[in-house]
This record gives sequence, C-alpha cells and structure tokens, in this order.
Amino acid sequence: MIVVFVETTAGDDGDVLAGPSRQALTLARSLDDDVVAVAVDDGEVDLDEVAEDAGRYGAVQLHGAWHDLLDRYGPESWAAALDGLVEELAPGVVLAAGTERGGEVLAHVAARRDLPLVANVTHAEADDAGWRLQRVRWGGSLFEHTRLEAERVLLTVQPHAVDAVEVVDPAAAELVEHDVELDDVVARTRVVEEVVTSTGVSLATAPVVVGGGRGVGSAEGFADLERLAGLLGGAVGCSRVATNNGWRPHRDQVGQTGTAIAPTIYIACGISGAIQHWAGAKSAKHVLAINTDAEANMVARADWAVVGDLHQVVPALVAAIEAR
Amino acid sequence: MRVLACIKRVPIPGAKIPLTDDGTAVDDERLGHTVSPHEECAVEEAVRLVEAHGGTSTVLTVGPPDAEEQLRAAVSTGVDQAVLVPTDGADWDPQRTAAAVVAAIGELEQADGPFDLVLFGNESADAGGFQVGIRVAVALGRPMVQGIKEVEVDGDTVRVSRPTGTTSEVYELPLPACLGVREGLNLPRYPTMRGRLVSRKATIAEVTVDGPAGGQSLVALESPPEQEVETEVLGSGPEAIERVISVLEDLKVLT
Repeated sequence: MIVVFVETTAGDDGDVLAGPSRQALTLARSLDDDVVAVAVDDGEVDLDEVAEDAGRYGAVQLHGAWHDLLDRYGPESWAAALDGLVEELAPGVVLAAGTERGGEVLAHVAARRDLPLVANVTHAEADDAGWRLQRVRWGGSLFEHTRLEAERVLLTVQPHAVDAVEVVDPAAAELVEHDVELDDVVARTRVVEEVVTSTGVSLATAPVVVGGGRGVGSAEGFADLERLAGLLGGAVGCSRVATNNGWRPHRDQVGQTGTAIAPTIYIACGISGAIQHWAGAKSAKHVLAINTDAEANMVARADWAVVGDLHQVVPALVAAIEAR
Repeated sequence: MRVLACIKRVPIPGAKIPLTDDGTAVDDERLGHTVSPHEECAVEEAVRLVEAHGGTSTVLTVGPPDAEEQLRAAVSTGVDQAVLVPTDGADWDPQRTAAAVVAAIGELEQADGPFDLVLFGNESADAGGFQVGIRVAVALGRPMVQGIKEVEVDGDTVRVSRPTGTTSEVYELPLPACLGVREGLNLPRYPTMRGRLVSRKATIAEVTVDGPAGGQSLVALESPPEQEVETEVLGSGPEAIERVISVLEDLKVLT
C-alpha cells in the first residue's frame, strides 16, 4: 500500500485537490495499485469532493483526519495526524507533494520516527536491493541518483516533474473518517492568524509572468513591466539582482531561493539567466527574452527573443497593446 | 538571548555545475564557496536579534575544515562565536547531519546555557533535503516552522510569518524554538573592515560529534539533459513588436 498525503486548494476553477497532490497520486499508482489518500479535515473542505477528485487520480480510499486542533494548519499537528494514520494503515511507502506544507509535514513524520526522507523525487522504482530514486538538487539544476533502504519509504514528489494523469475509468475513493488523537503540545505551531498580503495575481500560478533583472536598472524601471503584466493578466517577477538592490520586494523573486513559476509565457526583460534564476523559471511553457545581449543565457533558453533595450521595447509593446 | 545560526558550505556554480569524473560529486576545485542565501539571512537575523535584545550569537556548521571560511565570514558580519563540527569531507546524509547538530547543540548548551532560538536555512542550496532543521527541532522537543520571512521576539515568545502566495501565515512559538528561514527575511550586511580583522583572529571552536548514517546513499549525480531550444529572434528593438503580439495571440494570453 502507498499512502499519499494530499493537500486541497480553494481554486476558482472548481479544483479541490492541489495540482502537486494529483501529480503525487499519479506517481504513486505507477508504483502500486493500492493507493490510499490521506487528507486533513480542516472543517472547510468537503471531503466527499476530495474523495471524488482523489478517485480520478487513482486513490481507492480517502482517509480524513479530524480533530479540534486541525482546523488551522500547523506542521506538528498535521504531521501528528498523518503519523497516526500511517501507523494504523501500515503502508510500505508514504508520499507527499514537495510543496511547503507537504515537505514540512512529511519531514516531521520522518523526524518523529527517525526514518529517512528523500525530498523532491522525480522518479522511483523498487528492486530486490531496495529503492532506486532520482531526485533534484540545486533547485532542479542537477539530478541525484540515490539508493534508499528503509522499513518505510518516505518521499516527496518534485512539483511539475510528473504529469498528473486521470485514470481511465474513475470512481470516487471510499471515504473513511477518523477522529485522531493529538497531544496538546502540537498546538504551539498552529497558524494564529492569516493576513492577506496581495490581492493581485499570485506569481506562482500566474498565466503570464513579466520578469525584470539587472537591465531594468531601478525600482522606477519596473513601472513599464507592471503595465505590461497588467494588460496580460499576469504578475511581475524579478531576479535576485533586483531584490538585492531593493528595486522589488523579495516576494517577487523568481528562482531557487524565491518563487518557482509555471506560466504559459515568461517574458524575461534584461535578465541574464543565472542557473539559480533558471531553477525557478524552467517550468514556464514558453520564454520570450528581451535583452540587449544576444548571447545571454536567457536568450539561449528562450523560444523567442527580441534583441534590444527593454526600456524601448516594453513601452512600445504596452502602447501597441493599448492601441488595439 | 542566545541565538544559533546553522550554515552549510556550498560551491558557487557558474552557468553549469561541473561534476567530478566519477560523477558522484560537484567538482568544486575551481569554484568559490559560500552559504545558501537563506542561511546568510539566518546569520544576519542572529546578529540583529542580539543587537536588539542583548546576548550572544553563534554560528555552527557541519562540514570539512575548509568550512572555516564560511564561519569566519559570519564572524566578520558580527557573529560572536563560531563552531565547526568537522566531517571527513564527504557530504553527510540528513539524518547523520541532524544527529551531529543535536549532539553539538547539547555540548554547547551544557557549557553556556540553552539557545533561545536555533535558526536554519529553509533548505541547503546544494542537497536541498528540506529536513535537517526539522529533525533537530523534533529531537530537541522544540517547536519549529519552516519558510519564515519575518521574526519578532517578544519576551518568551517569537512571532513569525511565512508567505503563501497571496497571504501570510502568522505563528507564535514559545521559546526556545527553531526556525527555518528564507531569503528576504532581511538584507544581510556586508562585513566592515573591523569585522574582517576580528574574523581573521577569531577562534573557531571544534566540537567532534557524529551520528549514525541514515538509509539514503548517493549513487551518482547527473546534469539534466539541456533542452535544445531553437531561439527565434523576432527582431531588434521596437520593430519586433508586431511579431511579439502575434506570439502572445497564438498563446491566447492576449485576445
């Protein structure tokens, strides 16, 4: 049996199961027919809908964990709940998506049981000698082939590494609800407050990202990029140079230590394309580079390039779109 | 208060990460070294917290003797004490690393009292295991939250927040606590001339501890296949605009 810890989303398009969780379920069923999903019942999510969605991606059961302390996220409380269900279900493998919460919860489970955890796996197969895994290092700039021996295999799945595929003849997963027991101490790491920080399009999910780097030259220089992003329903991103110079807040940074983006098109303006930046941008389906240097790494990686000064090209593009 | 920042020496890659001939490690002979941007912020936060609340800041690494360079760099930006847990040079797995950090913290706390805060980078720049800090916190029985970009100490509580796209989650942890911090928490300072001089003469304490190896063993590293992209140059300067617009229309991001 494989247990997959799944996360839910308040997506506007009716999606209940988060994309990376669907990817994790897809990887799970390539390893074992007996795939069981575990979700935390935070009181807001409709577990019947989650069961239906999990079934579409191959889960035969959905186990929902309920407790007063689970209504808000907390790494210790959610991990304790998952840990309890894992002990009960006794699977050989436990997967989670390599997201902030998925990775954090599974690392806590691993730590509680002193089990190994292999993070950000892109490929897994078992043989007589144990598990052969491929995972990412350097934010995806390097693959690692690794062997794992463990009485219980704990893995997180690198987001976007596996395509989520629905089963041919889907049936809703059977919903099994559990009242779990938790030690009160886990309450110390629960979320106490959630603050809305931005009402705009989220960088991580934006269909278009307009990114700016050293070539933008100043905080004011981003105004044209903002306008372009606004016209395309997208978000503005930037490279580390722009945040280090104080031109943009760090939450706009795309890269290994910033946000990973996956837009339909990434319009990279004045960005040279260092490996750490590309680690966060490579899931973009298409790249358009605007750069004075035709030899820049970003130009070489782009589907399309405009060789020229972004300070002329971007305003001209904005004007042309507005004039339509 | 006593604040500990844990760091890891990593190479600074260029446009491509070079590998050794046997493919089991990054060939870092010609590369410079640093720590992850997350850990630079952990070090800076330790210095700021001690500036604001008094006490001492300590930096700790599990690594080869050469990691002294990163410890001295931390001292040059204001950290009071530096501690090396020497390895044989090989990269220890996350369980072994965490066990060594726990043992080292035990020795340091026995000598000088408990740390109120232990700061880790959210993940290392190279291995990116996303777990050493959590393993240490669980072993010590202390609260831990990852992904932190704001830290405010108030009495015996630390109020922290982490961004999640369009919102920020706020947590209030009782001290002593552990945190995994992210770049953006602060803007790390550059060393002063005096800081550099102090760091050159600073004593690097050594704590020799180890833990049992975990279940994960590295077989080989591999550069992902470079996706061969045929770049189509749409033009030079504003003359390219018409073709840019048709690309955006074809992708249906402009209707």
